[in-house]
Amino acid sequence: MPLTGDDRRRLYYYMRLSRAVEDAAWALAGQGRLVGRLYTGHGQEAIPVGTASALGPDDVIAPMYRDMGAHLVRGIAPVEVFAQYFGKRASSNAGKDSGLHMGDMARGIVGMISVLPDSLPVAVGVALAFKLRREPRVAMTWFGEGATSTGAFHEAVNLAAVLRVPAVLVCENNQWALSTPTTREFAAKSIALRTAAYGLPAVEVDGNDVEAVHAAAQEAVARARDGGGPTLLECLTMRMRGHSIIDPAAYVPAAQKAEWAERDPLAGQRRRLEEAGLWDEAREAALDAELRAAVEAAVLEAAAMPDPEPADAHLGVLAV
Amino acid sequence: MQTLTYLDAIREALREEMAADPRVFLLGEDIGAYGGVYKATEGLVAEFGPDRVIDTPIAENAIIGAATGAALAGMRPVAEIQFADFLACGFDPLVNMTSTIHYRWGQSVPLVVRAPAGATWASAGPFHSQSPEAWFAQIPGLKVVVPATPADAKGLLKAAIRDPNPVIVLEQKYLYRRLSGEVPEGDHVVEIGKAAVARPGRDASIVAWGAMAHKALEAAGALAAEGIEAEVVDLRTIVPWDRDAVLASVARTGRLLVAYEAHRTAGFGAEVAATVAEEGFADLDAPIARLAGLDTPIPAHPVLEAEYLPDEHKIAAAVRALVAY
Repeated sequence: MPLTGDDRRRLYYYMRLSRAVEDAAWALAGQGRLVGRLYTGHGQEAIPVGTASALGPDDVIAPMYRDMGAHLVRGIAPVEVFAQYFGKRASSNAGKDSGLHMGDMARGIVGMISVLPDSLPVAVGVALAFKLRREPRVAMTWFGEGATSTGAFHEAVNLAAVLRVPAVLVCENNQWALSTPTTREFAAKSIALRTAAYGLPAVEVDGNDVEAVHAAAQEAVARARDGGGPTLLECLTMRMRGHSIIDPAAYVPAAQKAEWAERDPLAGQRRRLEEAGLWDEAREAALDAELRAAVEAAVLEAAAMPDPEPADAHLGVLAV
Repeated sequence: MQTLTYLDAIREALREEMAADPRVFLLGEDIGAYGGVYKATEGLVAEFGPDRVIDTPIAENAIIGAATGAALAGMRPVAEIQFADFLACGFDPLVNMTSTIHYRWGQSVPLVVRAPAGATWASAGPFHSQSPEAWFAQIPGLKVVVPATPADAKGLLKAAIRDPNPVIVLEQKYLYRRLSGEVPEGDHVVEIGKAAVARPGRDASIVAWGAMAHKALEAAGALAAEGIEAEVVDLRTIVPWDRDAVLASVARTGRLLVAYEAHRTAGFGAEVAATVAEEGFADLDAPIARLAGLDTPIPAHPVLEAEYLPDEHKIAAAVRALVAY
């Protein structure tokens, strides 16, 4: 399905919103105001935004901490994100966990854990439930190239292929698993190549081109929904900040970082919109102002919310 | 009332719950046409079809992870792990993902993991004999049950399937075919978290679970001939365990032996002993005793396996020592 002008602007909007929220979170983390450590998807926004926007409202996502955009596309409001980052009592994790570990099955979001590849088998299981009930729904999950070295990844991909479940597995190859480059992670030419051996379509995509990511995701989602089974998308990108806020990433060669800075996904989409006559300075200025106001308001609102009470630590271990 | 083996009671629970609730499905290795290595699921794929009894690759991490995902998406999965020893291969999702979900974001995870546990007294060796209940007792968010009778095997499994939390059912492979007993037909559910006094007595309490409860009963029978009346408390549930029943028993008898076949150090019996020392000290007429497996891997040769395992003779000797204190 070709994108309309509104669709294309919408992709840009969510990437901008994602970066605005994460930039604000970065500043707040620097002031010591967040609970837990901050990880962002700076430079990778095209992947969660492009893929999550290919889903329907009944589909389920299992995102990771670089996927602010997936949460926002699914309707998580910035104030919910900041409440979560502040560990507020009314946030998704109510202060019991931190970062982007928010979950809400009512809105189709499986909360991640810090063992990132563990979302893969879980997403496969969500997709299995859809298949068993013959519902035209899809599960999508995201993970880094580092996760593909774990057994959980291989078990999950193999199980997804064998059971032919409606899942879309999105690898964000940002080239650095903390300090380890891909050359020390796998000897194969690509993750897609390795994955294809399991007997499912595995597609390499320019992860900094939001429209290319979106098109690949649409195809994978349609295949899954139509009973064609799972697809892996390997989206090549670059982690433009440290692994977390405390990692200066001095191990990343300056030339590599400079090269990828030229390929910023937000700037690329803006350029494309301008070339198509869909965007101009006035719209950009209006968006800047809108995002600044929205994020400021969200931070203030979240900051004013109550913190957890000590007694909360005891509650909620088991469902009753 | 019907008489079933422990194994048939498990199959009956699965069949009844699958018939009653379309959300219930099974997944695991070799559980379909093969019927599982112990045949617990024999005939179920013919009755319910391959969508309700799913053979999986050998991938315990993915079996437990996928079962968790299916539970999140509204199903009631029952995962079979072929041997409890292999739970180690699926330990990470249970410990880090499944068990923490409700605490972290309030979502119920109605998942059952069944696994044959315990030694066989038949040389199953280090990798097919373990009793890993204490691994999971350390993990908040998981329930753990160890049924000792056919009626409890059915009733606790049915309760586990209906529970809104992840429940690990450590079936006793020693009892699968060796033990028959009366099992109520139809909707027989045993509440999770309640111990049973398997034999009343006044001189000492033996707290045990699973196959060891039967060794304790054999010991109590032998002791009765000597004039020692031992009370056997079958714990039935490890998490959440029935402290009140154990403390009440110790209040009656004044002496406690905890018998378990897992390794002695940091086994679940240590938790029982510590709790009674803290909360039942005034009732004790003798130091609490523990009788457990050795702190070694579980050896294969019958001579070595027998040395490893507590049995009715060792239990009786331990109770005699308690009573003589």
